[in-house]
Amino acid sequence: MMTYDIVIVGGGPAGLAAAVAAREAGTQSILILERDHELGGILNQCIHNGFGLHTFKEELTGPEYAYRFMKQVFDEKIEYKLNTMVMDISPDRVVTAMNKTDGMFEIKAGAVILAMGCRERPRGALNIPGYRPAGIFSAGTAQRLVNIEGYMPGREVVILGSGDIGLIMARRMTLEGAKVKVVAELLPFSGGLKRNIVQCLDDFGIPLKLSHTVVDIEGKERVSAVTIAKVGPDMKPIPGTEERYTCDTLLLSCGLIPENELSKSAGVELNPVTSGPVVNESLETSIPGVFACGNVLHVHDLVDFVSEEAKKAGENASKFVKEGEKKSDKEPIKLVATEGARYTVPCTLDTDRMDDLLTVRFRVGAVFQDSYVSVYFDDERVMHNQKRIMAPGEMEQVILQKKKLSEYPDLKTITIKIEKE
Amino acid sequence: MTYDCIIIGAGVSGSATARELSKYDLNVCVLEKGEDVCSGTSKANSAIVHAGFDAAEGSLMAKLNVEGNEMMGQLAEDLDIPFERNGSLVVCIHEEEKGGLQELYDRGIANGVKELRLLDKEELHKMEPNLADEACAALYAPTGGIICPFMLNIAMAENAAMNGVDFFFNTEAETLKRDEDGIWHIRTNNGEYKTKYVVNAAGIYSDVFHNMVADKKIHITPRRGDYCLLDKEVGNLVSKTIFPQPTKLGKGVLVSPTIHGNLIVGPTAIDIEDKEATATTAAGINDLIEKAGMHVKNLPVARKVITSFAGLRAHEDNHEFVIGEVKEAPGFIDCAGIESPGLTSSPAIGRMVAGIVCDLAKPAKKANWNGKRKGILNPSNMSVEERNELIKKEPAYGQIICRCESISEGEILDAIRRPLGARSLDGVKRRTRAGMGRCQAGFCSPRVMEIINRELGIPIEKITKSGGKSVIAPERTKAGKGGEA
Repeated sequence: MMTYDIVIVGGGPAGLAAAVAAREAGTQSILILERDHELGGILNQCIHNGFGLHTFKEELTGPEYAYRFMKQVFDEKIEYKLNTMVMDISPDRVVTAMNKTDGMFEIKAGAVILAMGCRERPRGALNIPGYRPAGIFSAGTAQRLVNIEGYMPGREVVILGSGDIGLIMARRMTLEGAKVKVVAELLPFSGGLKRNIVQCLDDFGIPLKLSHTVVDIEGKERVSAVTIAKVGPDMKPIPGTEERYTCDTLLLSCGLIPENELSKSAGVELNPVTSGPVVNESLETSIPGVFACGNVLHVHDLVDFVSEEAKKAGENASKFVKEGEKKSDKEPIKLVATEGARYTVPCTLDTDRMDDLLTVRFRVGAVFQDSYVSVYFDDERVMHNQKRIMAPGEMEQVILQKKKLSEYPDLKTITIKIEKE
Repeated sequence: MTYDCIIIGAGVSGSATARELSKYDLNVCVLEKGEDVCSGTSKANSAIVHAGFDAAEGSLMAKLNVEGNEMMGQLAEDLDIPFERNGSLVVCIHEEEKGGLQELYDRGIANGVKELRLLDKEELHKMEPNLADEACAALYAPTGGIICPFMLNIAMAENAAMNGVDFFFNTEAETLKRDEDGIWHIRTNNGEYKTKYVVNAAGIYSDVFHNMVADKKIHITPRRGDYCLLDKEVGNLVSKTIFPQPTKLGKGVLVSPTIHGNLIVGPTAIDIEDKEATATTAAGINDLIEKAGMHVKNLPVARKVITSFAGLRAHEDNHEFVIGEVKEAPGFIDCAGIESPGLTSSPAIGRMVAGIVCDLAKPAKKANWNGKRKGILNPSNMSVEERNELIKKEPAYGQIICRCESISEGEILDAIRRPLGARSLDGVKRRTRAGMGRCQAGFCSPRVMEIINRELGIPIEKITKSGGKSVIAPERTKAGKGGEA
C-alpha cells in the first residue's frame, strides 16, 4: 500500500491552497487526487473576472486565479494524480482511488483533507412539474458547455434561481447572443452577490422576479415554454399570477450541495444545515486526522475565503502529521448560531489548539437591515457590531481572539445572533 | 422483401415477442417510432414484478401475471440482468378494512400465487419497522420482486437482435392494410413494410391499430401515473414493496426499494385523453407525498427526491389484456391493453403472442438459437483484483464518468458498441445508469456527449437526449465557431 503524509481529495481551489499551505508548513509527502483531467476545479469554467480581490488585490479570471495556486503546486513539485476518482475513505484514513493507469489502489494517509467541492441541486430535487425535455440545465453544466466545450445550450432562456452561477450565466448567455427573458427566484431575496445582480442582470436589463417559481415546463422533446408564477408567504404558487415565456432553455441555479458522499462513507459527522462536516477550530472533522475546507465544508460565495480556509486546513493537517492526535480532557467550547444566524463554521473550539485569531464564518437566514451581529460568551454579550445590510447570499464572519477567550476559563458556549439593537 | 412477422412497438411486449419469435425460422422485424427500445409505457412504471393476487380470477391478466412472475427468475439469469424477489406487502391501516386482505388472499390462491400469507400487526412491524403505526395487518407475497424495466426491455430486444430480428427505429407505423394475397402493407414515415403477420404491440396506441382493422372497436385510456424517485440514502427505508389496499383505480401508491437501491414512490392514477401527455403535475406530486406517508413513516419524499416522472398506462375499458388474432383481419394479432401488470407479464405475453404467430405460420425451430445474453459489466460487483485485471486489459474501466453512480467509461463504451447500442444520453443512461444519480447528469452529460461524439461520429450539436428534436447543445459559441469570443 502507498503511504503519504497528507492525501487531499480534490484539486480545485480548496485542495490546491491546502496543499501549498501544508508544504509551506513543512510536510513533504503530499498527494492531491483530482477526478477531472486538470487541476483547478470549477474555476476553470469561471472565465469571468472578479476573483482574487481579497487574496491578490487584483481582479483575476477563474482560470488565472487557479493558476496562481497551480504554479505553486508545480514549483513545489507537489504530487498529484489527475483523472483519478476516490472511491472510498475509511475511518482509519485509508483512501481507495481508481484511474486508468494505476487501476484501483489504496493509500494509507497520515491525514486526509476533504476538498471535493459541491454540486448543483438538479431539477428533480426541486419538484418542478411538467415535461422532461432536453434544454433543462443546471447553470454550472451550461457554463461548462459554453466556456469549456464551446457549445450553446440554447437561444431563449429562462433562469430559475438567482444563485451566483445563474446570474453569471445570464450575462454570459446574453454576451453570446442569447435572449435571457427573466430570472425567477422563489425567495423574497436573491441568493447571489449584490455585485452580480447589478453587473449581470441590471446592466443588461434582465428582469429579476423575486418570490416567483416555475410551475410548468412545456415541450416534449426540447423545452418550448416555461410558466412562472408568484408564490405566497407559504412558498406555494398563487393561482392567477402565471406568466408564460416561450423559450428553448431553462437554467437552474437553485442552490449548491456539498458533495459529502465520501465523508459519509468514512463516518464523518455532518451538519444538517450546511450539509458539510461538523468541524472544530482546526477544521478537523469528527474523525481525527480528517480535515475539510472549501465548498465541501460549506458553500462559499468568494473563492478568496475558500483559499484562506483551505490554508488553515493545510497547516492543521501538517501539524497533525507532525504532532499526532492531541487529546484534550477539556470539553471544547460550543459555537451556536441562533436568531437570524443559520450556522457557524467551526462548530466547536478548543482554546489550547486555536491560533491567536480565529475566523468564524456564518450566514444569516434572511435579509437584515441596520442590525447587529452579536457574540455572547455564555450569557454575556462581548461583541455587538452594527451592519447596514446582511443577506443570505453573502457570508458573514466574526473574529475571536485567543487573548479575550483566556479571560473566560469556564466558557461553555459562544452564541452568534442577529439583533435589531 | 416481405417479412414473416412485423411487430409494431419495441416496448416490453414487443421485445418479448420478438425474442420468442427469434427461436424460429422466421424473418421478423420490429418497427419503433422512438429512437430506442423502451421509449414509451415500458420506461415509466413501478419497476415491480407483481405476485399476481390483484387481477380478477380467471382473467388473462391473472394468468399471464402469475406465469410471467414464474418465468422472471430464469429469464433474468439468461439475460444477465438484476432481479430480486424482495417480497411485497399489501398493508391495511384501518382495522375495519382487514377483510379486504382475506379477499385478496383468496383471489391470489385462486390465481395460483404461491407462498401467500396473512400477517398480524406484530409480525408485520417486525418485518418492516418503518411502516406507519396504524398498519394493523398485511398480505405478504414472497414471490413479489423488483427489476429494472429498462434493462429487461433492452436485454430482451438485444437478445432478439442477436438472433436475427431486425429493429427499425425512428420508424412510425401510420396505416396498415391487407392486400388480396393476404400480405399486410404497413405505411411508415420511412416507407412501406410488407409482412404476412402483424403484431400490434403499440402500447398506448394499440387501440388505433386495432381499430384500423377490427369491427369490434376497443378504447385505450392513457392513465397517467406520477412517480418520485428518492436518493439511495433512503433506499432501505423499507425492504419489501409496500402497497396500500387496492381501489377501483388500481393498486394505489406504493413505496418500494428499486433494484438499484433507490426508493420509488408512486404512481398516481389520472385518466387523460392525450396519448403523449407525460408531464408531471404539482397536484400529482403532492398527492403522492400525502398518500405515500400514510403507510410508511418518516418518508422524506420532498427532501430526498432526485427526480420525478410520469408514465401512461394503456388502460383498456374492460381492464383486460387484449391478445389474439382479429378474426376479420387474418394475420393481425393484437397485444393491446397491456397495463400493469404488463412488465411482470411480458415474458408470458411474448410466449403467448409468439405461440399465436407460430400456430399460423408453422415455422421450424432454429438449430442455433442462443437465448443467453451477456449484460454490461458491473465492475462494482467485482473484487479489487478482478477489477484491476479488467482495467489492465481495458483501461476505460478505470475512468469514472458518472460520479454519482460510479459508472466508468468502459461501461458506456460497451453500451454504445453492443447490438442496438445507445445513441443518445437517455440511451446511455438506461443501459448504464450514467446520469441517473443524485446530480441527474449535471456533471457527466458533457463527458457522455464527448464519448458519443467520438464513438459514433455524431456531431456534438446533433447529439440528443432521446432522439428527435431533443438536441442538447444546438450550436457553437462565438469562440467555438472560431470567431471572436
